[in-house]
Amino acid sequence: MIDTDPQPAVVAETTKISVRKLNAYFDKFRAVKDIDLDIPEKRVTAMIGPSGCGKSTFLRCLNRMHEQTPGARAEGAVTLDGIDVYDRKIDPVRLRRQVGMVFQKPNPFPTMSIRQNVLAGHTLNGLKVKAPNEVVEQTLRAVALWDEVKDKLDQSGMSLSGGQQQRLCIARVLAVEPEVILLDEPCSALDPIATARIEELIDELKERYTLVLVTHNMQQAARVSDYTAFFYLGDLIEFDRTERIFTNPQVSRTEDYVTGKFG
Amino acid sequence: MSQVEELPVPEVTSDRATPAGSRDAMRAAPIGSPTGDRAFRGVMTLFGLTILAVPAMMVAQLVRTSQLSLAKFGLSFLTSSTWDPVHQQFGAWPFIYGTVLSSLLALVIAVPVSIGLAIFLSDLAPSRLRKPLGFLVELLAAIPSVVYGFWGIFVLVPALRESVEPLIIKYLGSIPFFEGPPLGFGMLAAGVILAIMIVPTITSITREVLKAVPDTHREAAIGLGATPWDTIRYAVLPAARSGIVGAIILGLNRALGETMAVTMVIGNRPKAAASILAPGYSMASVIANEFAEADSDLYLSALAEMALLLLCVALVMNLMARWLVAMTKNRMGGTA
Repeated sequence: MIDTDPQPAVVAETTKISVRKLNAYFDKFRAVKDIDLDIPEKRVTAMIGPSGCGKSTFLRCLNRMHEQTPGARAEGAVTLDGIDVYDRKIDPVRLRRQVGMVFQKPNPFPTMSIRQNVLAGHTLNGLKVKAPNEVVEQTLRAVALWDEVKDKLDQSGMSLSGGQQQRLCIARVLAVEPEVILLDEPCSALDPIATARIEELIDELKERYTLVLVTHNMQQAARVSDYTAFFYLGDLIEFDRTERIFTNPQVSRTEDYVTGKFG
Repeated sequence: MSQVEELPVPEVTSDRATPAGSRDAMRAAPIGSPTGDRAFRGVMTLFGLTILAVPAMMVAQLVRTSQLSLAKFGLSFLTSSTWDPVHQQFGAWPFIYGTVLSSLLALVIAVPVSIGLAIFLSDLAPSRLRKPLGFLVELLAAIPSVVYGFWGIFVLVPALRESVEPLIIKYLGSIPFFEGPPLGFGMLAAGVILAIMIVPTITSITREVLKAVPDTHREAAIGLGATPWDTIRYAVLPAARSGIVGAIILGLNRALGETMAVTMVIGNRPKAAASILAPGYSMASVIANEFAEADSDLYLSALAEMALLLLCVALVMNLMARWLVAMTKNRMGGTA
């Protein structure tokens, strides 16, 4: 239905990222097929769908991480504030400073302390931080980690629990002040309590950032997102307000998936 | 037993929780013969023990043979510079110096090249080039050292003598480390040959260690907007540091023990000269060169002590390297 419709799903919001005719490949395999999608600003947009549906690949196309995989490439247009990120003049390194990413498995740098991890984005980019202590405190407060770690900032990031590590990784992204944050199944390695805290955090972050969340957990999408995109076998089946996707989907396959008939 | 058959829950003392039915099946007929199994285990254990026996026998033999020299020279064997078979005076200092200096020179040259090559092979090279290039690097390790020696005599030594060394002397000749005539044969030639020989060792181990660093570290850095170089510098190399040190020590180990190629280019003069352009001698070379003509027991004993010394150095270095490599892998989660 909608995947054959040339018009993207209509969104009555300010568009932050606009995707047109996006195709992503692994060698000859087409993992993402002709996606048209507008991601609204300062909202949480969730990507759901069964494993291998292309939702993570799609996400990784938004900050050009996809092309880091050997043999992978993407075609089509992804515009961020009207600028095509696949333009030849665009430096993917600069793009990724504006479009931060949080990964499935918490991955703090093991040789860095908690403090150094927060400032890693600056170190990596060779930027001088004017008031490093304030940046560290502010960002750790933003992810509700400050009280837990303020007395052990010089310990290794690996000494934290999984949930704390993931919040540290989000802090690391926030510290470089991106505009968009991509979250690739950020809770899949976490227990329910840690998951709840990350979800709370996502809710707070959308006041300042545009968030795109890939999740295999439909309840999570229903809880935290404003918009939901349902992917299946590389196609975007349906994109709409989250409550509509979960209560009144327009495509029968979406309904089957969100009601648990398959997937 | 009967208790087990009555209850679905196996008793705690039984070693395996197996349903009663399959227990009977297992009891029915033994598979394979217990005698054959025991014999197999015995033979394999024997093979395993040889790994302990061979070095033990070597050390025992070397200690025994070097008794004479140990008793006569004591610690002065390490410090004396006199190597005079005619007057039965033996000091190992020029050889220790030669071995250590040529190996260090090799490291200075080989380490940057190897680490660069390993980074290229693990992170930067186009994916279709990685395998063939890695294979080529390992092929270098398969070249017999006498072939390196020949290449050293006919290509490297003339090149050093005619173009490199005159330049060094012209610009740095006032420093004692670089003074003297351009002979070609000498410490520098040995260092360069050794460097070429240990590049494959250091490169392939470093590459393994870099590959053991999980891609999530790289992605974390790339996701934060790091350039490829910064990703390697801040996310990959620190995590691999101790493993790389291990790789370097294994390379050093190989350089310390290398005999043939060094003998062919080092100049074989038992003098500890400050200049890297001067000819020298190494521990392994003097053993190989003079063993056949060692006509007195003391001479033989001194060479045996030299071998013992070399063995100890190599052993300590090797253990240290392995420990360092293991440290990296553990810290990375062990699945390397």
